[in-house]
Amino acid sequence: MPPVALNKSPLKRLLDEVGPVDQVAIEERVAKFTTRSIKKSSKVWGLNLVVSMLDLTTLEGKDTSGKVESLCRKAIRPDEFVVTPTVAAVCVYPAMVTHARRCLGDAKIKVASVATGFPSGQFPLRTRLQEVKQAVRDGADEIDMVIQRGAFLTGDLQRIQNEIAATAEACGEARLKVILEVSELETYDNIRAASFLAMAVLRPGDFIKTSTGKTSGNATLANNQVILEAIRDFYLETGTPIAIKPAGGIKNSKQALQFLIAVKETLGDAWLSPERYRFGASSLLNDLLMQLRKQQQGVYQAPWKFSDAFSGY
Amino acid sequence: MLAKSKAKPSSTRRNTVELLFGDLWEFDPAPELADPKLKESYALFIDGQFAAPRSRKYFDSINPGTEKALASIPMAGKADIDAAFQAADSGYRKYWSKMSGNDRGKYLYRIGRLLQDRSREFAVAESMDGGKPIKESRDFDLPMAAAHFFYYAGWADKLEYALPGANFKPYGPVGQIIPWNFPLLMLAWKIAPALATGNTVVIKPAETTSITALKFAEILQEADLPSGVVNIVSGAGNTGQLIVNHSGANKIAFTGSTEVGKAILRATAGSGKGLTLELGGKAANVVFDDAPIDQAVEGVINGIFFNQGHVCCAGSRLLIQESIAKVFVRKLKHRIASLRVGDPLDKNTDIGAINSREQLQKIERLVEAGVHEGAALFQSSCSLPRRGWYYRPSIFEGVTQSHRIAQEEIFGPVLSILTFRTISEAIEKANNTAYGLSAGVWTDKGSKILKMSAALKAGVVWANTYNKFDPSSPFGGYKESGFGREGGKQGICDYLKVS
Amino acid sequence: MARLPITKTPKAYVGGKFIRSESRRVYPLNGKKGSFICNIPQCTRKDTRNAVVVAAKVGTNWASRTPYNRGQILYRLGEMMEARSEELAQAIALTGNLSIASARKEVATTVDCVIYYAGWTDKYEQVLGNTNPVSGSFLNFSVTEPIGVVGVIAADQPSLLSLIGLVIPVICSGNSVVALASSTNAYPAILLGEMLATSDLPGGVVNILTGFRHEVLETFASHEHLRGLNLCLDKDEQKIAETLASESVKRICIHSRQTDQAWFDEKHKSLYAIRNFLEFKTTWHPIGA
Repeated sequence: MPPVALNKSPLKRLLDEVGPVDQVAIEERVAKFTTRSIKKSSKVWGLNLVVSMLDLTTLEGKDTSGKVESLCRKAIRPDEFVVTPTVAAVCVYPAMVTHARRCLGDAKIKVASVATGFPSGQFPLRTRLQEVKQAVRDGADEIDMVIQRGAFLTGDLQRIQNEIAATAEACGEARLKVILEVSELETYDNIRAASFLAMAVLRPGDFIKTSTGKTSGNATLANNQVILEAIRDFYLETGTPIAIKPAGGIKNSKQALQFLIAVKETLGDAWLSPERYRFGASSLLNDLLMQLRKQQQGVYQAPWKFSDAFSGY
Repeated sequence: MLAKSKAKPSSTRRNTVELLFGDLWEFDPAPELADPKLKESYALFIDGQFAAPRSRKYFDSINPGTEKALASIPMAGKADIDAAFQAADSGYRKYWSKMSGNDRGKYLYRIGRLLQDRSREFAVAESMDGGKPIKESRDFDLPMAAAHFFYYAGWADKLEYALPGANFKPYGPVGQIIPWNFPLLMLAWKIAPALATGNTVVIKPAETTSITALKFAEILQEADLPSGVVNIVSGAGNTGQLIVNHSGANKIAFTGSTEVGKAILRATAGSGKGLTLELGGKAANVVFDDAPIDQAVEGVINGIFFNQGHVCCAGSRLLIQESIAKVFVRKLKHRIASLRVGDPLDKNTDIGAINSREQLQKIERLVEAGVHEGAALFQSSCSLPRRGWYYRPSIFEGVTQSHRIAQEEIFGPVLSILTFRTISEAIEKANNTAYGLSAGVWTDKGSKILKMSAALKAGVVWANTYNKFDPSSPFGGYKESGFGREGGKQGICDYLKVS
Repeated sequence: MARLPITKTPKAYVGGKFIRSESRRVYPLNGKKGSFICNIPQCTRKDTRNAVVVAAKVGTNWASRTPYNRGQILYRLGEMMEARSEELAQAIALTGNLSIASARKEVATTVDCVIYYAGWTDKYEQVLGNTNPVSGSFLNFSVTEPIGVVGVIAADQPSLLSLIGLVIPVICSGNSVVALASSTNAYPAILLGEMLATSDLPGGVVNILTGFRHEVLETFASHEHLRGLNLCLDKDEQKIAETLASESVKRICIHSRQTDQAWFDEKHKSLYAIRNFLEFKTTWHPIGA
């Protein structure tokens, strides 16, 4: 602990410790990723990698067992024409975990469940932990939790760490994904600070996740980059590799490849793996498949050949 | 807060932890395929016409990325320069001095638009002729060149607002000599304000990069600019001397080395010619321990490796506060690992070809001197194309003030790293140079930025950013980096005789 | 029998002190009819160098004064000169070919020139500097800075007006000056030194040397620490000065030896005389959170 920190809030102390992020400069940095031009076999390789990193997600009030079942089928065999890897996981609400597990059968696909009072997190810790334990008992391999953003902003940082630690413990063997809900943290400084706060109590291989997908702001290249750089600094300092999952707002292949380029050029080859990088997305898969079929067949594809989430003529 | 980590590393463990920037996901070549529409042989542009050089001499322009000849370029001799100034004089008397500012502006708008229309074609030509990566010529040089014409177009009929209370008039014909690092952009920096203020121009591109200037003449024809208002003459140093010494040149605007700048000063001494000189630099990029570190790393990388380091305002001296030097240099090395050096026309190339064999040899000489003087050299392990002139991004640690690599302008992708402990030491080291073109400051403390900005003897100070340019932002140096400003309201004054 | 007056020993004014030349050389100043008036210090290259050292040392302090304070001090100089204007006029009329009436006119114009620039100190920045509307999320502003030590060589006539007309626009922005007064009409400059000394202007901001142009011109031109030159020279001298100054890339303004009358022209007082010895510094800073 710092010996003396007069007139300094815990949050300010944390911010000082992890150092600032310049908004304009980091946005310029990530804009460079978008100028990379990925062609031919490197594109196919990248698109397949994205497929293998997908947490195929459905998180809606109107979810039904039928919807989850079709999601699982798609997870196992994304496309009938092109051969792709299976996705990494399906991500559902706790009530759907048992069903999803059953639908996936013996496929090597994880079941991820949002828990801890997703998406607000505004529930008593006791019930949040119960939720986690129940989901794990029902067969969840991965738990996506939300942090208390209010506690972060008011500087009750100890509480956040304690809750993450307690959730990790409740996870047992399951991997934990800590959702920072970056849009509610508002600044890149805060995102960096919150990342360090979480990493200090995470286990190797646990994730930091950007967003719930339930607020207006989602994963962007810039907040992804802030977390990548925090993970890199933490790894070089402690040797503990933390994984990352951007979620929400990544709707097409081009965007997804740009996120992967950021990973390649910031954390290197070791993070180009579903063990260390995931995409939380629902509509992305169809676009990936459309691109892969185009690469295979040489013809641009019409959207109606792909299931779900199609609108327009 | 952060001491809680369960994975307490042992120090041995920490030493083995490293990032791997390998070839797991290699990018396929992504060449820019737009046609640069090059000609086999180019002509001088004098009095609105393309004309073979009266000297009858030509030289080859070489593609530094492949070492192959691209086109045959005319070598303007004395008779050509005489003709060019004669045309500039008649263009001034007959058309340009009689035209309203409003109409001068309209011509500049036209030129800006036509340049935008053909920007990809010009970008490819620029990268082939000069070696810069296509993403820079495409995303920086071309848009910025067009923006300069737009910016000054608007000033042409508003000059009295730029110089309140002044009596002013144009010089008439002016001679302009530009360098090879930003061929078309420097041409725009020179021609746009000169024409807006009512001057006419004889301009010479650098010997190794004439193509886009001569292509630009096509745009002047398309814009129907009155003949003689802009004359474009290619050639080598001797052609430049003919321009500087020509009695018809009422003003000389030069961008290039300090050495040549001084020669121009000597040559024009006592002649009463107006002068603007934008010369060399050895900019300090000062990073304090409270800086946004990763953005500072990016800024330092951009500061020294932008355009292969062929930038007069390149941040070639990194001054880093001792307390963060180690971690900062490690981050720099990681960042360098993902820089891609290679074919200028590949869209993923970060660092293209060195402009000429001569320049490559100069870089090699100075790097050798750095090694010889005891500085520690680190170079990227990236692969280089088999043909063409390329140089690996390089950094020197353990550099002191007296090292040649801390004093001389290398004009290549080579960074010299020095350290400091206090603000006053940083200021002293940053200013310990005959140059004063630009400087960078990185700190999260606003008042420190303003203090540093005031203390650094440089014409441009980039705080928490680097290598930013804009037509509205004046650019130019202190001390031996030259005088006069280009860009902005200030750039107007230097093209007018003010009383 | 009339009282025998005490004569004054003319001295150069350097670093706020009244000095003889380090060489101890003097030359005689003669009146209109060739009669001896006094001995004037014949300053050398070394005197020039010493003056540059002190001008550079004091200059940073002068530049850091508030513009308001610099204006107050220049106005004070005007007050000092006004109070001794008759003495200055007599000094001008002592040598050269001006009538006392013309000399009085020169003094009045000179004092007005000082007051003109005193008023600019806290305003020129508002006219010359600006923010720049760059494309991007940046605050970009250009401000002016003094360039450092500037060398001045005054005309022989009008000796006082040209000296002040070349010195004051340069110092009003915070530069310091090493000036060489007219050799033939040196006496007003000697008096000016005394007025500078009582004007609150920090010693060393304006240094006035006396002596011969041909002896110090090359030092003025080649001295690297002199960053600018504001000189009244003829064509040949101009070529020498510009050639020698090229090595250190100085900012140079040459005022060709013009007619006396031109110095009295209103347009001789100008914002752009200040601008000639300013550097523009442009600072970029991102706007973000």
